[in-house]
Amino acid sequence: MSTPDTFAHAAGGREEQPHRERAVRLNVEQASYAYSVSAQSVPTFTLGATSFQAHEREIVAILGPNASGKSTLLRLITGTIAPLSGRVELDGEETSRLDVRTRAQRIAVVHQESPIVYPALAGDFVLQGRYPYGRALRFAKPEDIEVARNALAQVGAEHLWKRTIDELSGGEKQRVILARALAQQPRLILLDEPTLHLDIGAQVELLERLRQLAQENRYTVVVVTHELGLAAEFADQVVLLQLGRCLRVGPPAAVYQKELLEQVFDAPLDVEIGPAGRPRVNLRARRGEDIT
Amino acid sequence: MRPLTVKRLLWTCGGLALLLLASVVLALKLGAVPISVTDLVLDLGRIAIGRADELPTEYRLIVFDLRLPRILLGILVGAALSVAGASFQALLRNPLADPYVLGVSSGAALGSILALIIAPGLALVTPLGAFIGAIATITGVYFLGRREGQLDSTTLLLGGIISASFFSAIILFLMTTLTGRDLRGIAYWLMGDLSTPVSPGMQWIFTVGLVAGIGAIYSTTADLNLLLTGEREAVHLGVDVTRVKLVVYVSASLLTALAVSTSGAIGYVGLLVPHAVRLIFGSDYRLLIPASALCGAIAIVLADTLARTVVSPTELPVGAMTAMAGAPVFVYLLRRGLR
Repeated sequence: MSTPDTFAHAAGGREEQPHRERAVRLNVEQASYAYSVSAQSVPTFTLGATSFQAHEREIVAILGPNASGKSTLLRLITGTIAPLSGRVELDGEETSRLDVRTRAQRIAVVHQESPIVYPALAGDFVLQGRYPYGRALRFAKPEDIEVARNALAQVGAEHLWKRTIDELSGGEKQRVILARALAQQPRLILLDEPTLHLDIGAQVELLERLRQLAQENRYTVVVVTHELGLAAEFADQVVLLQLGRCLRVGPPAAVYQKELLEQVFDAPLDVEIGPAGRPRVNLRARRGEDIT
Repeated sequence: MRPLTVKRLLWTCGGLALLLLASVVLALKLGAVPISVTDLVLDLGRIAIGRADELPTEYRLIVFDLRLPRILLGILVGAALSVAGASFQALLRNPLADPYVLGVSSGAALGSILALIIAPGLALVTPLGAFIGAIATITGVYFLGRREGQLDSTTLLLGGIISASFFSAIILFLMTTLTGRDLRGIAYWLMGDLSTPVSPGMQWIFTVGLVAGIGAIYSTTADLNLLLTGEREAVHLGVDVTRVKLVVYVSASLLTALAVSTSGAIGYVGLLVPHAVRLIFGSDYRLLIPASALCGAIAIVLADTLARTVVSPTELPVGAMTAMAGAPVFVYLLRRGLR
């Protein structure tokens, strides 16, 4: 289990970087969206105007319970859907207007359950990340293999190159999937519930790795999660959503307020500020009298 | 399975091309009139150096005017159906998809028959009608198979099978009500049959269409590899999913239409062949598509040879042979998929 020191170190690395002066990389400005069965009918789900900005090397956590609009916001950021109003820009360009290939060179997405059915070898899977740079039949060029190998090395999994996917553990699979995203050499990495099927050790390892990679490779990282504790420890900014409304945006210490979180997550919680200035969230069992 | 390299791709295809050549020689040799292989090779040599007129006439009639065109048609049909099957399997992410099972073959057959009724004199009316029938069927079955925006495997296959029997019923109705046609001929054609001679013009159109269709599909094989992992994943890796799907659906329907309009609905080739190829050579579509084309050609040439010889001197429609081999494999795959 990682100690609080490593978290403090990760947080300390952030303090030396004055982000606010650097150009905004990801700009979500009053973006909204609505799903409806047909153009005339009442929308079945709406995401109200949401705004936040992220710089390079920053980790943003999109936080909220189920059906809060996290996935919709993620799709808006990836540009697979265009906002009904407002805009989502990556380095000044609207993500929904980029062509698929360019988009894949700039934005990598790691889904919560990336199905790995094909190909059989981890190395080939990572090489898929080179697709947006390839031509025609995309037989791997030496430089593609180098990029893919480096990507695996960066997630500490170079030894998995020749292994078959089936024999990997959950944590190893997650690393291989992340390596494919790195092989895309993106500016922005989006992760959708990446810790869902990982045990706590692997969760912490993944997020520490993301923080380190964001520093080294100047990525902007957006993580969609409902894990309050992990978001508090690793995010520079938290976007708190509830039922399609963006409630708060800000550093964890500002967003994590006991009453707010209790109401959003519908659970009794204790929030305290830890030694590194980051909030700690503890679940408090209802002692019978609270249950109505 | 080892990763695919250009070298392995070329070696595999070269090897399969040799096998195809061997099965063509075998198919030329076997039949109601047996011919020795040595004679055949010598005669093929004679033709190659332009001295075909030295062959005895009766022999030339059997081997080169009867058997050879039929074998060439078999090659075209086998390649077209196998590539169409492999393509549908990738697009629908379903190993059981094939033009016959999805009802596309029957749709094409109905299309070509309707076209013949409406405009009998028009040139190319059968392949055109078949193409329209094939496109309409795959579009219909695709939408039948969608549930809440997701392709549902069972609904899709049921939709295909129901469409197939519905179209067959309409064809039977048309056959019985239309007079002046050779019923036995049409019944054979419905089972899938290579014995109906095809005009040289149609052979050329088929060849050009086959090359164009397979070429178009081949240009998307890297995309198909990623599509196999899911559309959402493919989009985020830079695949233009809409374009790829359009190209491949249209090309696969074209290939099916060409095969059906010349030889009827030969079943299960598009299911059986890509599946066998996948087992042997792996599921990389850059190899799977050309290997399926070659193996499909080999399979049809051999199946038709069997169809010509097992009940000699009469013969079976080749579709009966492929269905006898294919139906059990389909059941096996279905059971395995359900577990």
